[in-house]
Amino acid sequence: MSSNKKYWKSVEELNGNSSIVETLKQNEFVSEIPTDEFLGDKNTLESSSTTRRDFLKYVGFSTAAASLAACEGPVVKSIPYVVQPEEIIPGVANYYATTIADGFDFASVLVKTREGRPIKIENNTLAATNGGANARVNASVLGLYDSLRVQGPKKDGNAISWGDFDADTTKKLNELKAANKKIVLLTQTFASPSTDKLIASFKETYGNVQHVVYDAVSESAALDAFQAKYGKRALAGYDFSKAMTIVSVGADFLGDWQGGGFDSGYAKNKVPNHGKMSRHIQFESNMSLTGANADKRVPLTPSQQKVALAKLYSYVVGGAVGGELPAHIDEAVQKAAAQLKKAGSNGVVVTGIQDVNAQTVVLEINEFLASKAFDAKVAIKTRQGNAKEVANLVADMKACKVAAIIMAGVNPLYTLPNAADFAEGLKKTELSVTFSMKEDETASETQYIAATPHYLESWGDVEIKDGHYALMQPTIRPLFDTRQFQEALLIWTSNSVAYNDYIKEVWNANILNGASFNQALHDGQFVTTTVIIETTVEASTENTEVEKPSNAAASALAASAKGSGLELALYTKVGMGDGQQANNPWLQEFPDPITRTSWDNYLTVSKADAEALGLMNKHVANGALNGSYAKVTVNGTSLVVPVLIQPGQAKGSVGLSFGYGKTKGIKEEMQTGVNAYTLYHNFSNVQNVTVEAAAGEHEFACVQLHNTLMGRGDIVKDTTLEIFNTKDKKYWNAIPVVSLNHEETPVTSPEVDLWDEFDRSIGHHFNLSIDLNACTGCGACVIACHAENNVPVVGKTEVRRSRDMHWLRIDRYYSSEESFAGDDEKKDNISGLGSSLSEFGEMEHASENPQVAFQPVMCQHCNHAPCETVCPVAATSHGRQGQNHMAYNRCVGTRYCANNCPYKVRRFNWFLYNGNDEFDYHMNDDLGRMVLNPDVVVRSRGVMEKCSMCIQMTQKTILDAKRDGRVIKDGEFQTACSAACSSGAMTFGDINDKESKVAKLKEDNRMYHLLEHVGTKPNVMYQTKVRNTTEA
Amino acid sequence: MKKPYQSLEVNITNNMKKVIHRKLSKNILGLGLIILLVFTASLSAQEGDPAKGKSLFNANCAACHQLDKKMTGPALRNVEARLADEQGLDRAWIYDWVHNSSGLIKSGDAYANKVYNEYAGAAMTAFPQLSEKDIDDILAYTAEVKKEAPTAVAAAGTGAEAGATTGGVSNELVLAALAVLFALLAVGLVLVNKTLRRFAEAQGVELPEETKRMPLWKAFVKNQFLMLVSAIFLLLAGAYFIYGYLMQVGIDQGYQPVQPIHFSHKIHAGDNGIDCKYCHSSARVSKTSGIPSVNVCMNCHKSIYEYNGETSAEYTKEFYDDQIKKLYAAAGWDDANQKYTGDSQPVKWVRIHNLPDFVYFNHSQHVSVAGVECQTCHGPVETMEVMYQHAPLTMGWCIDCHRTTNVKVEDNAYYEKIHEELSKKYGVEKLTAAQMGGLECGKCHY
Repeated sequence: MSSNKKYWKSVEELNGNSSIVETLKQNEFVSEIPTDEFLGDKNTLESSSTTRRDFLKYVGFSTAAASLAACEGPVVKSIPYVVQPEEIIPGVANYYATTIADGFDFASVLVKTREGRPIKIENNTLAATNGGANARVNASVLGLYDSLRVQGPKKDGNAISWGDFDADTTKKLNELKAANKKIVLLTQTFASPSTDKLIASFKETYGNVQHVVYDAVSESAALDAFQAKYGKRALAGYDFSKAMTIVSVGADFLGDWQGGGFDSGYAKNKVPNHGKMSRHIQFESNMSLTGANADKRVPLTPSQQKVALAKLYSYVVGGAVGGELPAHIDEAVQKAAAQLKKAGSNGVVVTGIQDVNAQTVVLEINEFLASKAFDAKVAIKTRQGNAKEVANLVADMKACKVAAIIMAGVNPLYTLPNAADFAEGLKKTELSVTFSMKEDETASETQYIAATPHYLESWGDVEIKDGHYALMQPTIRPLFDTRQFQEALLIWTSNSVAYNDYIKEVWNANILNGASFNQALHDGQFVTTTVIIETTVEASTENTEVEKPSNAAASALAASAKGSGLELALYTKVGMGDGQQANNPWLQEFPDPITRTSWDNYLTVSKADAEALGLMNKHVANGALNGSYAKVTVNGTSLVVPVLIQPGQAKGSVGLSFGYGKTKGIKEEMQTGVNAYTLYHNFSNVQNVTVEAAAGEHEFACVQLHNTLMGRGDIVKDTTLEIFNTKDKKYWNAIPVVSLNHEETPVTSPEVDLWDEFDRSIGHHFNLSIDLNACTGCGACVIACHAENNVPVVGKTEVRRSRDMHWLRIDRYYSSEESFAGDDEKKDNISGLGSSLSEFGEMEHASENPQVAFQPVMCQHCNHAPCETVCPVAATSHGRQGQNHMAYNRCVGTRYCANNCPYKVRRFNWFLYNGNDEFDYHMNDDLGRMVLNPDVVVRSRGVMEKCSMCIQMTQKTILDAKRDGRVIKDGEFQTACSAACSSGAMTFGDINDKESKVAKLKEDNRMYHLLEHVGTKPNVMYQTKVRNTTEA
Repeated sequence: MKKPYQSLEVNITNNMKKVIHRKLSKNILGLGLIILLVFTASLSAQEGDPAKGKSLFNANCAACHQLDKKMTGPALRNVEARLADEQGLDRAWIYDWVHNSSGLIKSGDAYANKVYNEYAGAAMTAFPQLSEKDIDDILAYTAEVKKEAPTAVAAAGTGAEAGATTGGVSNELVLAALAVLFALLAVGLVLVNKTLRRFAEAQGVELPEETKRMPLWKAFVKNQFLMLVSAIFLLLAGAYFIYGYLMQVGIDQGYQPVQPIHFSHKIHAGDNGIDCKYCHSSARVSKTSGIPSVNVCMNCHKSIYEYNGETSAEYTKEFYDDQIKKLYAAAGWDDANQKYTGDSQPVKWVRIHNLPDFVYFNHSQHVSVAGVECQTCHGPVETMEVMYQHAPLTMGWCIDCHRTTNVKVEDNAYYEKIHEELSKKYGVEKLTAAQMGGLECGKCHY
């Protein structure tokens, strides 16, 4: 059957006499192939002795040789020590207690070292009063192995020796001393008794010396208020575990407010105990971590906060104050006041308003209440900066009044709003020295860079609170040719004592009171019972200009509140803080607990304001989030910032975080966001601002795009204290049922199970309990998991493709109604097609002031795991101890398991993330790879990975017990996340040990499993969140 | 290969070494023993029993003194005569010194102070337990005349080697003779055949014509069935061998690299019976067995500066002594002046047992908890002159052992409950490692 079909090859054929058709018939290629380019040069071709055949032979031979050579294993060298240090046993970790004190984060920590390399930061349980390790502290170990650290002293950009540095600077300092010129020490808050003493002796030696303490993110107002009231430049201590009613006006005390570290105390009373739990009312403008955890959150602009605080004062203490508040806010303030009064000494008020009057009002309210949680005696020392002095210093420098400036732990050219003025003043100094780990904005502009060691290579001491001391000790020999600021002070004051001996002297003389220094060093901390009379002069209190609160602080506060237009509230993010660690890829990739966005800072805008300003967020085709840009102008300084629409943001306010937009001493990949310090005029975190839409669209790396629960209340179970106390468990934590023979049967019963149960009653059976009440969403666990398990960093573009590798994520949900209960109700009442189409659509959007829930999700280690049944190569399988094992070397990368996982916790290695220039993070250089945990495999391209429930840690605990021939006690089993959790939300252990905490939690009424109706029988359980919504 | 007359002595040395080794933490006696063997006949004229003195010397003095070499303390050969000649000190002085040297120094004795200062202010340990008779014995031992001992041993070794070589040659000769014989026979047969044919031709005997048959190979090629069968056979055989080849890629059983220092496990673990975990101490507590650091070697080799054991043509005394010198270079030990120069060099050993990174293996689990002998996996290390990989280190090999080895639960409170319950469940008396969970993927892969 011959065909007379005509196949058309192009439109040209329609045109009967097209020349192209004819040409193409004769010649496949229209234009001539440029063979001359490589065959034209006859001479070279002829002179070459290689024929085509020879060429093929060579190719064949080299291929064969290469494949043969590949069969031969490489020769591996093993190089033991010449003299092995006694305390080091290869393969066994050593722990050292030390302290981080970088001017922003202060905490006592334990450092895990392997073969002499620090690889992980853990909580020091002996020093719990010194604050737990937050996400940044957990990540700080990576800063040690930063490839951009300054490796030795430099003068005008050229490397010099320390000898030259000493000779030059000492000579210059002596010259200035002879001329009685002014020398300024501009430092971070050290809170270090020995450093204070050293600075005092430096002052003595050089005469005209001023010491200015500078905190990048200032708490100056609070310090001034405290100093005016109690005569000491410090911050009031708060112990939230003693408070049953907490009212916070703009204080993000679960974040970095007044140095942070309050979360563990706070979490203690958040768990219902005998029907009681604390009630937390938050008045704030930005949606903060604290606001997200509050039982009641009232959004209001910063200026309204001032009035609200003044009114709170008048309602609680008495006296009339002026100022107007919208009716609903006033009502909320009244209710809060009533609740506080009722609570009496069990209540506490805190505020983050940077205003001396506001801070004074809070001190007065707490005194009035005789709040047990408030402690003015054991004051916090970790913020000592003085904003006024810093401002004066810049003016002095510009006026040529400062001859020498020596900086340590500060980066004013990045963190000052008037950095240009500072730079101008810096040029007018005769001597400028920066003690810095990086060649950052400031260091690169000074004459001398004195390379400093990381805190893990340093000695030091810190007085975190009055009487609560901590010691810092090196955990590794300095990697580079570095020197501490304190050592330099010793040299400049011609003191030949080593700094560690100096600390010992100071401690033995002033602090220890006869106690053992070595014991204090071992514990990392020391608490004095007797209050020691301060002998050293407080560095910053002499000739200090302190703003004095007015007598009627509350009225003055109310009067000072005048908001016009939009107000910008500057804040610090849990992941980035003040930006010191911006070159840390773990922190860059760490999704912010609230916005779930990584690798950026952004302007948070309420939905109403965004609509009014024409700003928007949208999801693009690859599933990622894009946002418009906005031009933000404060006092003539403008920034173009991407916009993120934030539920819960108070109308009339916008938020922007510090810590981003660094340009020097930082890898290109990490140069993200904009520098909000340029808007930080007068060290005030609230600025009047104009915002207008700007052109362009910003690409966000946001890891959670669906923000609401859509009424699926069984994912995050949530109830109120009233219901929890009065109703049966069935009502607020029901086990889902299925139909078996037309009878409702709980999914947990064996009759409805597809699988036969495996007997796990013998040996260990690990379970992890996550208490949604205690979890504040701080994210310390995320970074701890990163560090423990060698989780790679994938970068912004990969995160946008949803290829982030975090084994542990903290899901954050907003309610679309006022509360999650409202969501459930709305969903249940949907009927009919029309209603479901419109109302489900509505439920995708978060409410204006939503309830927030955090839910850490990692591999649930299902006993009936869906992933295990679909793996074609049995690479993932179950152990008797309840862990779902993942054999990376067996995995062929089909990703069936990830598709079949209802919790979406499996992560696929789309690329080789180590030693790959495309992913130029810590795993791409020898220095950064030193942080890797040698007990966990670094995964390669094409394999699936996921949470292992830290099997390397449980196995080690078991082995240690076997070796000692003993039974394992409860609490010995830990995972990286449970060990990092300072709020006690995560409890890990063996449920076959019936006495264990986790076994009891398993029987708790609040216990539920995630997606229980799927029947996967997970080994991770959650405790229902209970909110105390009882109004006074 | 020992000379027969020597074997007895060697046995004696071995036995004695073991006995002494039990008493002394430092094994420093090689030289003295050899000297004893050779000098048993040469009795000193002085009072005192040199044989007894020798054992006393080894037990008490040898940690710091040798006869002919300055160590922590001075060389002691003919010490009495020397002291008498040079310093005019008598035996009574020596008694005082040995019983309480620091007392003697304090009393202001000139020579005592001189010695004290010469050895950097390190006073000799007092030996009040040694009687004067004991000291006499020791002095008798030190007064023995020195003789070149090791050469005899070396010569013996060479002689034995020579004998072996002769044996080898004679075997080859026999074989060659046989070969020649067979060749002659073959030639003979051909010649006989030829001659017979010639006879037959000459006498007109008809030889039956050989029918031209198809050559065997051609027939084979033509037979398609045979071709098919053999092709299949060849393919299968090929597949079998290729599979076998590929499966051994990356398995380095028998890997025996040349090390920067020729360290003989045979001498250390075998001849001298040093416990494996004396040097590989971290095997008890860590995942790695630990390659000993050079300072561990120097614990003994500070005093063992030469090799006096068995030698062969390949491994002579000079060869071994050179290795000790290499060790000294690495440790930065100046043997002549008995001090560290500080100029040390880590030894770059070639790693023999390489597990892939994705396998977690813990020595302490096997060595301390399970009580597995090192030799179970590492083979007869005590006989290895050059260390090699004994086991294949494949997963199958691991698992086979886990399947057959019982868990050592005795006196281990950790196992009490779990073993009782599990063995009841499986209905066995003793659980294997596999039943305990030793086959689960995640126990070794994470």
